[in-house]
Amino acid sequence: MRFVAFLLFLASFPLNAAAEATSVDYENQIITIALTQEPPQLNSMKATDQVSGFILPHVMEGLLRLDRRGQAVPGVAEKWEVTKEGATFWLRKNALWSDGKPVTAHDFVFAWQNALAPKTASEYAFILYPIKNGEKINKGELDPTQLAAVAEDDYTLRLEFERPTSYFLNLTAFVTYYPIREDFYNEKKDRYASDATDILYNGPFKLVDWVHSASLRMVKNENYWDKDSISLNEIRADYITEDTRARLNLFIDGKIVHTRLDGESYKDALTQRFRIRSFSTGSVFFLEYNHRTGRPTDNVNLRRAIQHVFDPDEFVNKVLGTPGNLPGKSIFPVWLKGVEGKFRHEYPAPEPNLDLVKAKQYLEAAKQELGVSEIPPLVLLVGNSPTAAKQAEYLQGLLKQKLGIDLKIDTQTFKQRLAKMTSGDFDIVGAGWGPDFDDVMTFGDLLASWNLNNRGRYNNPEYDRLVRVAMDSLEPQERMDAMASLQQILFDEAVVLPQYEQGVIYLMQDKVRGVVRRVIGADPDYTYARVVK
Amino acid sequence: MLMYTAKRLLAGIITVWFIATATFIAMHQVPGDPLMNDKAVSAEIRANLERKYGLDKPVTEQYVIYLSNMLQGDFGISFTQQNRKVNDIIRDHFPVSATLGILAVLFAAFGGVLWGALTALYRNRLPDIIIMFLVILGISVPSFVFAALGQLFLVNLNGLVGYSLIPVAGWGTVMHMLMPSLVLGLGTMALLTRLMRSSMLEVVNEDYIKTARAKGLSPSRIFFRHQLRNAILPVITVLGPQIAAITTGGFVVELVFAIPGLGRYFVQAVQQLDYTVIMGTTVFYGAFLVFMVIIVDILYGFIDPRVRLK
Repeated sequence: MRFVAFLLFLASFPLNAAAEATSVDYENQIITIALTQEPPQLNSMKATDQVSGFILPHVMEGLLRLDRRGQAVPGVAEKWEVTKEGATFWLRKNALWSDGKPVTAHDFVFAWQNALAPKTASEYAFILYPIKNGEKINKGELDPTQLAAVAEDDYTLRLEFERPTSYFLNLTAFVTYYPIREDFYNEKKDRYASDATDILYNGPFKLVDWVHSASLRMVKNENYWDKDSISLNEIRADYITEDTRARLNLFIDGKIVHTRLDGESYKDALTQRFRIRSFSTGSVFFLEYNHRTGRPTDNVNLRRAIQHVFDPDEFVNKVLGTPGNLPGKSIFPVWLKGVEGKFRHEYPAPEPNLDLVKAKQYLEAAKQELGVSEIPPLVLLVGNSPTAAKQAEYLQGLLKQKLGIDLKIDTQTFKQRLAKMTSGDFDIVGAGWGPDFDDVMTFGDLLASWNLNNRGRYNNPEYDRLVRVAMDSLEPQERMDAMASLQQILFDEAVVLPQYEQGVIYLMQDKVRGVVRRVIGADPDYTYARVVK
Repeated sequence: MLMYTAKRLLAGIITVWFIATATFIAMHQVPGDPLMNDKAVSAEIRANLERKYGLDKPVTEQYVIYLSNMLQGDFGISFTQQNRKVNDIIRDHFPVSATLGILAVLFAAFGGVLWGALTALYRNRLPDIIIMFLVILGISVPSFVFAALGQLFLVNLNGLVGYSLIPVAGWGTVMHMLMPSLVLGLGTMALLTRLMRSSMLEVVNEDYIKTARAKGLSPSRIFFRHQLRNAILPVITVLGPQIAAITTGGFVVELVFAIPGLGRYFVQAVQQLDYTVIMGTTVFYGAFLVFMVIIVDILYGFIDPRVRLK
């Protein structure tokens, strides 16, 4: 009997959906994609992960948004005025929520106050600190209503800065700055953004269906003010899997429009003769030293010795092996804007000079200063991925062979590695940093003494001073000069060892055009994509 | 029979309590911090997170709170999916794993009994040797290899026929279930084949089979009525735990075939140190396993009256 019941249950599933979607549908302008993970939640105040960072910009919009070239352009705000003291935004009257009500200045104020409120415990609250009183609210010293951002009327938003913030306009396109409507949020309470019907949307698309761990469907938002610029009617995320090979198989089978490749699936994609494209993610990977007193890596000459034998070019070509990665020269990646053009052009990164003789001199000096005849084995803390292991082994071999330094590889899972990084239980740790907003500062303050992500506890008053100069100034020349001096300090003191700027390789279905790859914001961005015949 | 069932149930409840306690202790011994993420957060935010999840209280108090909530059937809120209840996660995803698991077990049981009986009939002849070779393969090759191979096979098959005959991944239709359940059931099928074979060979020499032959019963009647029915007992014994094992052990298969099952949560929760999900899924699966064992015990009582009498 049970068995019959099970058979009946099975029969309730369609045998084979006749309309089993293919990756592109020209007639209806639909594309199908795969996600690597289920978004943990889509609450813009609290989202930190990549998948949420991909979906949210498709379904929400801030005061400004990023255009096809990554420039911040009018979003909900029609025009604005930014001064040294603050900013005023005038909102467009035709920006609507998915239920038809207008998006107002109150919605922004509500979202910002809440993201900063300590009870929300948003990990990205710090990005709102440029607004006056933001940091104090977040630390519980002030009430959220004290935030210096007020809705003068429904369509005028005025705010004061904590300090002059030259890059504030770029920040307003960031997820944490998105609006949330108070009445809706209060109605949903803890359920907010846990299902498709538990969010209000104001972006180009809206989520109509969210089956956890299985699929998400985004359809064109008819209430979006700029809906005429949107060609796609639907984006279907029908598959959720972290398995790169599974996604490649789905791509080969014509089920999804895009997949990222890794070292292994890359070879398969080559034999399939697909056109392999590459893209630079904007993230920088580097080795972070432990600068805490008593650690051998606190010694500048030891770090210099390592700097003089590490060849980023060889690392990228021989160890990483996949196309798209760039050798790491600085913690400021090549794409960052400088005064006029690119920062890297205006202030070239100091070239590391590979010099074994010099390296050994530094090593001897280090031994003397440390008062040891041999450098004690150094602990290299890395994640538990196969790539991390490969990179660690390369480094182990390099230091042993060139400098006679023993490296102990400490492989840890994600959470354990973070715990050890925070407590300082390492000498060297493999680290990476991806940009949050479009300004040198997103990398520049990384090693400031007050930055909690400075896990090696590097502490240099001169470095801190330069960061403050760049923070407080609105003058591009002055800011970039400060950042360039800081780049020089990082090199001279070998504070960190840049390894590479991450590139990814991927496949994209040829019939989809207008997909934007971004270093900041949704990537890939299908907002302005369309399907061609 | 009632007394027997009651005893089994009581033992089951104690076992589940033990599982919950052991998991709780082990979980808190794992180094690492469930609240730590890529971006470092200030002490204030951290304190708020700790309060939200009750981690600010002493571990013993956390344990008491946890047990009392569990008795009320509340597993708490996930750490990674901050607005999803663990109960909802289990409710949404266990049916998927169960469907897949039951299909896999059906497939494994039918296959195992059939192949096992066949090999016993053709003992030491070519079919036996071929099948037993495949069985060894089935037992020793891990499921992620079969999963990858199975998917590759589908890609090539679809490429050959020119359209998507059988979907390579995803969930929702019966066609989606074919390959994953086949892959998932392979190991168990191999196991059952071996078990069935040895069990059949044992039975074949029993006196009652000889008697049946002497009585002049037809070979098919002997095979089905006397041999198969007696030989199938050990298979049923392992079937219960195997169902539990299969429905829980589908992590790799779920990942490769993009199936929204509970197995993914089960494994990823451990990697993420998602305390509530670890506890919820472990206790749930533990209870499920215990329940399956009890069912088998009771079933046993029906099939073999001798068990009841003890």
